[in-house]
Amino acid sequence: MNNTLKVVVIGAIAALALMALGFAMPRWLLFTATKAVAFGIVALGIVTLMRGGLVSFGQGMYYCVGAYASGQLAARYGVTDAFILLIVGGLGSGLIAAVVAPLVARYRGIFFAMLTMALSMVLYGVLAKINAIGGSDGFNLPKPTFAGFAPQDGASDIALYAVAVATASLCAVLCRLYYDSRPGLIALASRENELRVEYLGASVFAVTARNFIIAGVLAGLGGTINAMALGHVDPFFSYWTTSGEFVFIAILGGYASAIAVFGAALITELVRSFSGSYFPDSWQLLLGIFLLAVIVFLPLGFGSLWARRRVTPPPADEEIRS
Amino acid sequence: MKIAYKALLSGLLGATALTCGSAAMAQDDTLKIGVVTFLSGQAAQSFGVPAADGGKLLVAKMNAGEVPAPFDTVGMGGMQIELVLIDEAGGATVQVQEFRNLVQRENVDVVVGYVGSGDCLAVAPVAEELKQFTILYDCGTPRVFETAEYDYVFRTAAHASMDNIGLARYLKAQGTEVSTFAGINQDYAFGQDSWADFTAAMAQIYPEAEVAAALFPAFGAGQYGTETSALMSAQPDIVHSSLWGGDLQAMVLQALPRGLFQRSEVVLSAADHILPPLGKQMPEGVVIGARGAYGFLAPESDLNTWWFDAYEAEYDVMPVQAPYRMAQALLGLKVAVEKAMADNGGTKPTSEELAAAMQGSTWDSPGGLIEMANANGHQAIQPTAFGKTVKDAEGNIVLEDIVRFDARCVNPPTDVIALDWINEGFPGAQCD
Repeated sequence: MNNTLKVVVIGAIAALALMALGFAMPRWLLFTATKAVAFGIVALGIVTLMRGGLVSFGQGMYYCVGAYASGQLAARYGVTDAFILLIVGGLGSGLIAAVVAPLVARYRGIFFAMLTMALSMVLYGVLAKINAIGGSDGFNLPKPTFAGFAPQDGASDIALYAVAVATASLCAVLCRLYYDSRPGLIALASRENELRVEYLGASVFAVTARNFIIAGVLAGLGGTINAMALGHVDPFFSYWTTSGEFVFIAILGGYASAIAVFGAALITELVRSFSGSYFPDSWQLLLGIFLLAVIVFLPLGFGSLWARRRVTPPPADEEIRS
Repeated sequence: MKIAYKALLSGLLGATALTCGSAAMAQDDTLKIGVVTFLSGQAAQSFGVPAADGGKLLVAKMNAGEVPAPFDTVGMGGMQIELVLIDEAGGATVQVQEFRNLVQRENVDVVVGYVGSGDCLAVAPVAEELKQFTILYDCGTPRVFETAEYDYVFRTAAHASMDNIGLARYLKAQGTEVSTFAGINQDYAFGQDSWADFTAAMAQIYPEAEVAAALFPAFGAGQYGTETSALMSAQPDIVHSSLWGGDLQAMVLQALPRGLFQRSEVVLSAADHILPPLGKQMPEGVVIGARGAYGFLAPESDLNTWWFDAYEAEYDVMPVQAPYRMAQALLGLKVAVEKAMADNGGTKPTSEELAAAMQGSTWDSPGGLIEMANANGHQAIQPTAFGKTVKDAEGNIVLEDIVRFDARCVNPPTDVIALDWINEGFPGAQCD
């Protein structure tokens, strides 16, 4: 109980501090930060899966479902309230994840990664063919409102950033509490040795399915935030390179910490954006060098800078196990 | 070790902060233009890089005052031009973000860009929200101004409906008999729209002609064996395609030995850019469009001769559609900047002043007269031309039987949705 209170207090303080910081940010950074926070929420879902020893290369699918569900509601039916859209986006993708979970939860390692990626590419192909919702060009959606309040230009960016930060803090707090709970720790145990977890009487299948649905809801929330921030949604949301970006962020953040992914997302966005504007012909190379440097010097991600005590490094033969 | 990491991290953050802080405010004697086009990915070699090259060349010539009259003043309104080049790769999400960075961080005065239709659709509302004067120079979808109204967004090239209406008119002008026709178009918005426009135009111009096959290979498929077989067995008189870049080159090279080009007349709506890379491998008798009167199809003028020669001298290859489209955007921008400065007493124009100057503007470009006639003066119409491939005395592929079409013959009148205009039988079309 003590731990719960501590996590909630830290989460609330972090949320308020980040919101305050939003007022001091230049406007371009505000938008980049909003997008990074949304990416961080999706990557948090991958971190949740990683704690169970799995990596999904198809989180773009749930990100896309969240964006399309809330985007269609906004564009077609005029529902622009950010909170309603977030609930619809999160529940919509959570529902799809719940349908897919029993299928993919039986697979491990590369088979799990490939199956999730294949499903996301199926969604991409289907959406690109449906002209009623814009086909491969996607569709635009109106500016969000906030509980009946429709802020103008600059204020709207700040409001959306605040909603993104609040959502992210809530997700991070709930994930931290889940990670430290008994079911969450069983996930960590199944990462180490699935056989023993089964002998202890827990179901690895249930752990994986649960983590997968949580990751789906988080991806849907991230997708909804980005759809509102961008004002445009297209099937590229479900493309495998989008999913790849989430995996990169999750790896950079590492699975030890629930907040590291948000820092990782922001740093990735800034490195990409600045290398893109100063080296337009070779920005991919710079981004690649940056990612390699992080993997070489911080193999457990940014989170290991402060959360090293919480998780000991995995044994060297970990990959051989499965 | 741990301290070293922290030092590295804080150094990185510090450097980022420093760069943000030093993003200089734009100066009054330079005009900063953000240019966004594909520098990596599938569209880079065909469209993005040639367009960026053309833009760099034209800006260098403008800054030196070497462009022929009436564009012979130095820079734009006396201001030197500075380009900020950005890669369009990464999808609409990244482009919206980079657009904001260009405007809010780099403080560019004008943004010129976007080949991808999805990028244009996503960026236009953001430009409007930020009140940033923006020129869309290439993207083809008619939806940009058909589904929304903008004050700050302009497109200086005709949309893709022109290319397919023009193809159907070209066939008629050549006296081609068509009883059946087929299409092979990529399965994404540009391919689907192109086929829809072409079939609608054919239904008006060749009401008796029937569709023999409509094939939609995936974008970037690269393999067209199945499609070629289907086209060979359907035996249509005409095969229409809006394929481009590597996909089109692959399709031509795979269908050539199987005799598709002997069996049917192939008409390509946007193919001029594959002529230089394919060289002598390109078959004869293929109808080629360039999405405008560009390259081999360009009308004779001093401006075009200068542009063609300058580009060829610099890059050792002829200019194709992409650099022409970039040039017509930059020339239009120059006209707008100078008009705005004539009105405001010679100070650097704001986005509002630029928008007012650009609205309904007309100017000469290497590809002919550009008129901002549609969508309340925000959407350009332009003349176009088509030709047929033939080998010259040295065996090089050139175009013959070139037919030109007036802008109002192949573009819908203002405020009319392109597909409706076709289906109603082109009311008000002016074809000489």
